[in-house]
Amino acid sequence: MANEPILAVRNLRTHFPTRDGVVRAVDGVSFDLYPGRTLGIVGESGCGKSVMTRSILRILDPPGRIVEGSMMLRFADARLPVDLATLAEDGEEIRKIRGREIALIFQEPMASFSQYYTVGDQILEAIRLHSTATKAEARAQAIEMLRRVGIPNPERRIDEYPFQLSGGLRQRVMIAMALACNPRVLIADEPTTALDVTTQAQVLELLRELRGGQNLSIILITHDMGVIAEMADDVVVMYLGRAVETGPVEQIFHDPKHPYTRALLRSIPSVDATPRARLATMPGAIPHPLNRPAGCPFHPRCAEAIAGICDREMPPAIRLPDGREVACVLHAPSAVAAPA
Amino acid sequence: MKGLDHEGAPLPVLAVADLVKHFPIRKGFLRRKVGAVRAVDGVSFSIRQGETLGLVGESGCGKTTVARCILRAMPPSSGAIRFTVDGATHDLAALPRRAIRKLRRHMQMVFQDPYASLNPRMVVAEIISEPLKLNGWNDAAERQRRVAELLDLVQLPRSYASRYPHAFSGGQRQRIGIARALALNPALIVADEPVSALDVSVQAQIVNLMLDLQDRLKLSMLFVAHDLSVVKHVCDQVAVMYLGRIVESAATADLYARPMHPYSQALLSAVPHPDPRTRGDRIVLQGSVPDAAHPPPGCHFHPRCRFATDRCRAESPMLRDIAPGRIVACHHAEQVG
Repeated sequence: MANEPILAVRNLRTHFPTRDGVVRAVDGVSFDLYPGRTLGIVGESGCGKSVMTRSILRILDPPGRIVEGSMMLRFADARLPVDLATLAEDGEEIRKIRGREIALIFQEPMASFSQYYTVGDQILEAIRLHSTATKAEARAQAIEMLRRVGIPNPERRIDEYPFQLSGGLRQRVMIAMALACNPRVLIADEPTTALDVTTQAQVLELLRELRGGQNLSIILITHDMGVIAEMADDVVVMYLGRAVETGPVEQIFHDPKHPYTRALLRSIPSVDATPRARLATMPGAIPHPLNRPAGCPFHPRCAEAIAGICDREMPPAIRLPDGREVACVLHAPSAVAAPA
Repeated sequence: MKGLDHEGAPLPVLAVADLVKHFPIRKGFLRRKVGAVRAVDGVSFSIRQGETLGLVGESGCGKTTVARCILRAMPPSSGAIRFTVDGATHDLAALPRRAIRKLRRHMQMVFQDPYASLNPRMVVAEIISEPLKLNGWNDAAERQRRVAELLDLVQLPRSYASRYPHAFSGGQRQRIGIARALALNPALIVADEPVSALDVSVQAQIVNLMLDLQDRLKLSMLFVAHDLSVVKHVCDQVAVMYLGRIVESAATADLYARPMHPYSQALLSAVPHPDPRTRGDRIVLQGSVPDAAHPPPGCHFHPRCRFATDRCRAESPMLRDIAPGRIVACHHAEQVG
């Protein structure tokens, strides 16, 4: 069924037990990724957005460990859905899913390439790992892939080394490599953060085209609300390991409900602002992960925090009538204070 | 009179004229010079007292090289850098290094990375008072008073003076970096991407702090940045660079309301708006910035420009006055804007 999610994440908790205490990097996050849609996960440093992606692909760095929750992946064929959280980290099953079902691109394309092999060698390896194509077939496929991601002269570029390419082209090659095996889910972790703004516009346009073209679902991880507004259909706003607000992009931007989402949107500098306009700020800084506040993690910086409640109890995710989820007591049916 | 121009108006704090910085390309056993990367290729601008100029552009456009030449972290190939302080004007491009050292207290730098730019072995008081010590503040009590004053100025508790930087967040570190830069009341601050390493919620605090300091101290500042939204909030004037040259310069409000160079237009248009209703309405430039060692003939921007004509392919456009306070290097600026 088309309106069933490809990936359904429920109450995921990924913790890092360290000598100084447990870092609860992801601490109870749920979302659904639907076919052909882009889910944006947005938040500032330490919110857990990158650990989220590494949890999905089961490539967590030690001592990171999924301690609770499920991640049900549905297949295109008759295979039964599988819970990614229960698979063995280096087992056969998850290795078949990586690359073929779910592919990953990230911020620094240079770090994902070997400097000693040509672009072509590396894409070919990805293709042949997951198919029975001959070398010549794989090369033709790789050239076609490079053409699809908008690389000029792919027949020539395929024999170049990564350092010979500009930042924008490298990001395109990484996308080509990720899409070589026709995955159904693409996780893009800050894909344009290292790029200049005009190159970013090119790469975002490419991602949009690819999603339209091959019914790809995208999980887009970013700190940039502008990129989210530009790309996402659905949005998860994260703060200190928690999803504070989840909903359609239009509602998140035009009728934000969680005090953090509201404060975050107000603090963004804008090209449309009056010159030298002051920005709305939230007080304080993001707490150290080992020093999480009790109760709602946002309460020390929240203008609407209610003493005695927000500093004591972790707010539950509350489903609003419009389908959104907000983790804030202000929106609980029994809330003392009504939201503004 | 000293410090005034021929019409009696105060001289700008900084006047850069025709600044050029070429990096030689050397090849072969004898390292013979076979060409040059024109990182900065004839840049002119000035900053008046109390004014902030934003120097914007994408990586490789030469904006950081301009900043480094002004601070004489590297010698310019040619051009003049006239720096006016205490009524006297000095050409930083022509002065020997020793003379520059004496002027250095009047121009201070705020860096991008607050994690790399503070010495982890010094407590905050030592970091902030280091420039004081090096410039003849020999009385420890006076230095201590000044440190307290500076901490107040950047809105940090005075008790932080005895702590080490590792205990602080990125935003707090950037405040310490700003306090250090302000210690000697410099005539000019050069800030290279001072907020781009910070999270949005912290970035907003530092942007506001910089606005406060500009108002209270009448700072003159060169603000080097790639983020056009931040520049809109912080700068009075903006100069847009492309491939080593300024292509457009104007008052901030004018430039953002009506960019008149096709590159400024594309650059502004590419900034993603935090509003899903404005989605997709973008000028997407094709290709990438050409190699500065082999810039295209004519206008450097013509291969990516949607308005390019034969004239643009042959003839390099000069910067010219288009409107009051606005200069643009484009043959077709009137039709573009």
